[in-house]
Amino acid sequence: MAAKVTASKMNISDEVMISMQAVNKWFGSFHVLRDINLTVHKGERIVICGPSGSGKSTLIRCLNRLEEHQDGEITVQGITINNDLKNIDEIRRDVGMVFQHFNLFPHLTILENCTLAPIWVRKMPKAEAEAIAMKYLERVKIPEQALKYPGQLSGGQQQRVAIARSLCMEPKLMLFDEPTSALDPEMIKEVLDTMVALAEDGMSMVCVTHEMGFARKVANRVIFMDEGQIVEQNEPEAFFNNPQSDRTKLFLSQILDH
Amino acid sequence: MADHKHSANQNSEHAFVRAEDAPLLPPPATEAGITGWLWQNIFASMADFSSAGASLRSACVAALTVFLLYFGFAQIYTLLDFGVFSAVWSDPDELKREACWTVDQGGGLPSGWHAACWPFIYAKHKFIMYGAYPSEELWRVNLSVLLGIAGLAYVLIERLPRRREVGAMMLTLYPLLCFILLTGGNLAIPFGSIGLWLIIGLAVISLGRLAKRGFLGSTLSEFHAFIGLTGWAFVIYNTVRGLGAVDFGLEPIDTRDWGGLLITLVVAVTGIVVSLPLGIILALGRRSEMPAARLICTVFIEFWRGVPLITVLFMASVMLPLFLPEGVNFDNLLRALIGVMLFSAAYMAEVIRGGLQAIDKGQYEGAQAMGLSYWQSMRLIILPQALTHVIPGIVNTFIGLFKDTTLVSIVGIFDLLGAGQSAIADAAWSTPVQATTMYLYIAIIFFVFCFGMSRYSIYMENKLSKSRRH
Repeated sequence: MAAKVTASKMNISDEVMISMQAVNKWFGSFHVLRDINLTVHKGERIVICGPSGSGKSTLIRCLNRLEEHQDGEITVQGITINNDLKNIDEIRRDVGMVFQHFNLFPHLTILENCTLAPIWVRKMPKAEAEAIAMKYLERVKIPEQALKYPGQLSGGQQQRVAIARSLCMEPKLMLFDEPTSALDPEMIKEVLDTMVALAEDGMSMVCVTHEMGFARKVANRVIFMDEGQIVEQNEPEAFFNNPQSDRTKLFLSQILDH
Repeated sequence: MADHKHSANQNSEHAFVRAEDAPLLPPPATEAGITGWLWQNIFASMADFSSAGASLRSACVAALTVFLLYFGFAQIYTLLDFGVFSAVWSDPDELKREACWTVDQGGGLPSGWHAACWPFIYAKHKFIMYGAYPSEELWRVNLSVLLGIAGLAYVLIERLPRRREVGAMMLTLYPLLCFILLTGGNLAIPFGSIGLWLIIGLAVISLGRLAKRGFLGSTLSEFHAFIGLTGWAFVIYNTVRGLGAVDFGLEPIDTRDWGGLLITLVVAVTGIVVSLPLGIILALGRRSEMPAARLICTVFIEFWRGVPLITVLFMASVMLPLFLPEGVNFDNLLRALIGVMLFSAAYMAEVIRGGLQAIDKGQYEGAQAMGLSYWQSMRLIILPQALTHVIPGIVNTFIGLFKDTTLVSIVGIFDLLGAGQSAIADAAWSTPVQATTMYLYIAIIFFVFCFGMSRYSIYMENKLSKSRRH
């Protein structure tokens, strides 16, 4: 993997990217997010971890309204997420998302996957969109696959395409929802390398992941969630070396000690 | 095992290092080539003689194979004999029915002869193709059909340029052209009423626009698409009526004079072309998150699926006029057409809904997260995949619809089958084989159309699954 992202490259500004104030969410009667308060500044890289069912994915899916929160306030880049469709459209234009199962469009080529949103959402001319797509496909190191279909690529390649597809919208913030969980072990590294490179360029990122090596290397802050609450958050060194809460200690012992 | 070396770690009996690759061998004869095909498809199930029971089973399978082959070929021979080898092909002396009479019946054919009487079909051909459409105006039907075939062929062949534009013309200008060519225009519709309805339509479209911008409150703004569609329906319907009222110098031909294959094609093609888009809208509506849209679409679909097509046609042709005010009179064919359209749209909607449900939730989320609107994600992401999944079901509905058009003969419209049946009643051609010949001919026509659709659907499936292999 690339070298540890140095402090000089971090470029964290005072500008607030995400602000969640007392956010609560229920699935039916199940209280899935409980009193979430979180502020993320521009250029910050947050890793969220926690046991399954702890609400990590739900939390980041609330940030682009794939899930609706019922209580509290979420703003992304100063835009409040509410029922106003215009706000949601505006946020989605600027927030990229990478999914566990890639969610590439199987009936479109890699290039078409990448140019779709720029053409239809940003109303970009096709040639320009293709130029941008090729730029980002080169950045994730698979320009030669541009004319293939997603089904012809390996899992790691597909996930890198998914990252490139998000980057084509030139987002201000990237959300990663367990991007390596569905990959074979030998493909995890290529995806993590891509994500590290992205972090080195100063992209604001919120990652739900269990890749603790990635968290140590890239994150400014690690957040531990359990039962829908933020239990602990800290800088990675302190978080891993000196966890405070018993639940964090238990969780870390379970995922780190094999 | 000369090429296996146990040198790496002699201490462990499990240690093993391959020194040379195992050789790549050609497949055995039972896996490849003609022998392989015969083995796998014919002999595999009857070549096991390892025990008495297995030998008995193999012998039975072999006997059954021989019997089925004999039976199949005998059937094919019977059919070919009836239709080709023993058939009467011409009637040079214009004897009509006597050309197909045996010696016993007073004709010239040998006793016991039983085969097709094709001169009967020649004589009735115009009738079973066009019905009572005037002979000197048949060029209008032929021109419509030729243009249709040319356009369809152009759209279906994938290498040609500008297929999209040609397809759009086939769906917009071509039906209008056919409408004018086939009816001849010059319908007795006052232009005043058409103008009035056009203005109403435009007003409704403007209302839809205003609702979309939110000037008319939130309730109406949710229905802006519905209001807009209603307006467009008014405008399109009245544009067609307006065109129909223009005098193009063609002789108007009442739809009561249409018949035969012409009717079958008009009903089937209209039903097919309208039911697909209407079915897509209904399927999306039924899966919509808006309760009102969902309710309307569900009720519509369940209503039309719950009624037999015969009932629909009866209602349209017999009951509907009783409810209409005096003087308002829809064309009988138009009523049947609307019935068939709505009926098949309901079936199509359920087929397409099946396709929509097969699409992974991640596809919707991927599209949403990229900022695509609902209609964009449906058009660009969801529908292309959903429709591909259900090509067999869609074509199945098309084929069913094509064959169901024969039911219109029940409301006095002479489609291919109806025209054939009334041709059979002609005493001038009365022979024992008259009906069989006619039904064979009609069956061949139906088979050609349905088999064509079926093959094209298989071709499409293969093509799409090749380019999108998972």
